[in-house]
Amino acid sequence: MTAQALTARSIELPPARGIVADALANLLRNRSAVVGLFILGFLFAVAVLAPVIAPFDPVDSLIRVGGKPYTAPCIHVLGCAASQPEHIAGLDQNARDEISRVIFGARISLFIGFTTVGFAIVLGVIFGAVAGYSGGWADNGIMRVMDVLLAFPSLLLAIAIVTLLGPGLNNALIAIGVTQIPIYARVVRSSVISVKELDFVTAERALGASPLRILSRRVLPNSLTPLIVQGTLGIATAVLDAAALSFIGLGAQPPAAEWGRMIGDAKDQIFTAPWLIFFPGVALSLTVLGFNLLGDGLRDALDPRLNR
Amino acid sequence: MIGFIVRRFLLAVPVLLGIVFVTFAIGRLLPGNPCEAALGEHANANVCAAFNQRHGLDKPIPVQFLTYFGEIIRGDLGSSLRFGRPVTDLMVERLPVTVELALYALVFATVVGIFLGLISALRHNTGIDVGTMLIANLGVSIPVFVLGLTFAWIFAIGLKGTPLALPPSGRLSSGLNVISLAQAWHLESLQGPPRVLIDFVSNMYTFNGLLRLDGRIFFDALRHMILPAVALGTIPMAIIARITRSSLLDVLGLDYTRTARAKGLGERLVVFRHAMRNAMLPLVTVIGLQVGGLLSGAILTETIFNLTGVGRTFFVAITSRDYTVVQAFTLVIAVGYVLINLLVDVSYGFLDPRVRVSS
Repeated sequence: MTAQALTARSIELPPARGIVADALANLLRNRSAVVGLFILGFLFAVAVLAPVIAPFDPVDSLIRVGGKPYTAPCIHVLGCAASQPEHIAGLDQNARDEISRVIFGARISLFIGFTTVGFAIVLGVIFGAVAGYSGGWADNGIMRVMDVLLAFPSLLLAIAIVTLLGPGLNNALIAIGVTQIPIYARVVRSSVISVKELDFVTAERALGASPLRILSRRVLPNSLTPLIVQGTLGIATAVLDAAALSFIGLGAQPPAAEWGRMIGDAKDQIFTAPWLIFFPGVALSLTVLGFNLLGDGLRDALDPRLNR
Repeated sequence: MIGFIVRRFLLAVPVLLGIVFVTFAIGRLLPGNPCEAALGEHANANVCAAFNQRHGLDKPIPVQFLTYFGEIIRGDLGSSLRFGRPVTDLMVERLPVTVELALYALVFATVVGIFLGLISALRHNTGIDVGTMLIANLGVSIPVFVLGLTFAWIFAIGLKGTPLALPPSGRLSSGLNVISLAQAWHLESLQGPPRVLIDFVSNMYTFNGLLRLDGRIFFDALRHMILPAVALGTIPMAIIARITRSSLLDVLGLDYTRTARAKGLGERLVVFRHAMRNAMLPLVTVIGLQVGGLLSGAILTETIFNLTGVGRTFFVAITSRDYTVVQAFTLVIAVGYVLINLLVDVSYGFLDPRVRVSS
């Protein structure tokens, strides 16, 4: 092979990419991640544009304009008489437009997902970092408490906590957040332990770097991947658990348009008004599916071992 | 091996103590105070002083904790404020329903989950694989209560009048009555733990029908179990399918599997005798972890399908602020969950000799 041919070959190599660009490219090549991103993108759009796309107010009863509770869905293009007002998903028990409630519900569910997981990650990072750094009895104490939290099935623990704090969306968020803390605490603790003994970290400590600096510059970047993956999957769990709490009446309170609550309020009407279960049920399942798919895709895309 | 089991058990003790402490705290941190919670509007300073003295609530907290602990050890979980009966009685009456439901859900989840995971791994990257994983992904994402209500609607309304119609609520068709095992076997004079055990089994209607060889009761009870068990078992089923697939794929790519194939073993022998054995390990852990989900999922499933089990009782207790029941059931479910995972850990030692040696 001549020298010229060699140069030509090396020119054909793709340009080197950064870690982030690499991960992003991997992510977009991953089928489930793309589907998940698509679903979540749609959901965000619906949540942001809710006041624009919702045909009615989500908490306003239409009784005063002649609406009847439990009116079946009426879609004009599908053959519903033009003389009747159009309600794609029918009316609920208080004669409120169901589709508007489902649309506004996207806001609440996304809010629930991000706040609970944000809360759990912040506390999990603090507990995990303190436990990993200090070792000894502090480590033992913190991690045993985490073990006890993990010993309860998450929904059961959340129910117990809400029973103490009293029903309501905010208390439900706190309860679900608490049940998720151990997951993140474990991730950060193991990352701290593996990083703190590395030579360059010891050197940095010898130079007088504060634990906080080491945490933010060395430990967190190391545990970012598992935190992102767990966080995404954690949002799916949080949305599910919050909906379950609302379903049994411990979460969102009326007249909030929360999917779990809407299903719970309509559960005895399943045989007469199934659309009141169907629409919020599909919305809820799609949201959870979106976060699950994205979480799975992220795990595959961010794992350098799977890089081919 | 015995040393391994003892060590695992000792590791679980602090967690069990922690659980007892948490449930104790639930009882003491109630909104208002236990007296107001128990007596409601009848509570006043005098009545409450007597109430606190009777229940030892005027003593220091550590003493109260020890008293509570002692009561639990003796099997006394207090009395339900709403039903006015000992919680243990409620437990013997209603836990069997939940155990029966969870058992069928777990059987469904394991059998269907392993089957789906298996064909998905063996037909890797084909249409079958994509289809099965789609089912698995949907399965983890549909909430129990949405699935349960949808099933109730499809099988009780949509398929009404067809042979596929299934009852959406209750445990037996009206007109059918269950005879308790103690009565059938003339053991009504029996007392103590054996009687509790017989009553427990007797309250699981499918087992009751089976043991008394009463086909009508057995099949009717089983028909009533199908919808709730499938609804409850779907999330674990999907998780088990995914784990089976990924761990089987891992093992099928290993050298020893290639060796097995190279020496001419049939595909069936390679998969079931060689690959499945190692792929089973993570599976056992995952199946054990699902039990917690089944127990809390039972709260929702039993509410939807009108089954008077622990889950439904828990739900009623929450809504009627029956704190002793909430406290006791939380304790029993969490302890059961820990013990089952302990069992899983120990079985791991049996299945994988490396675990025994390294710990």
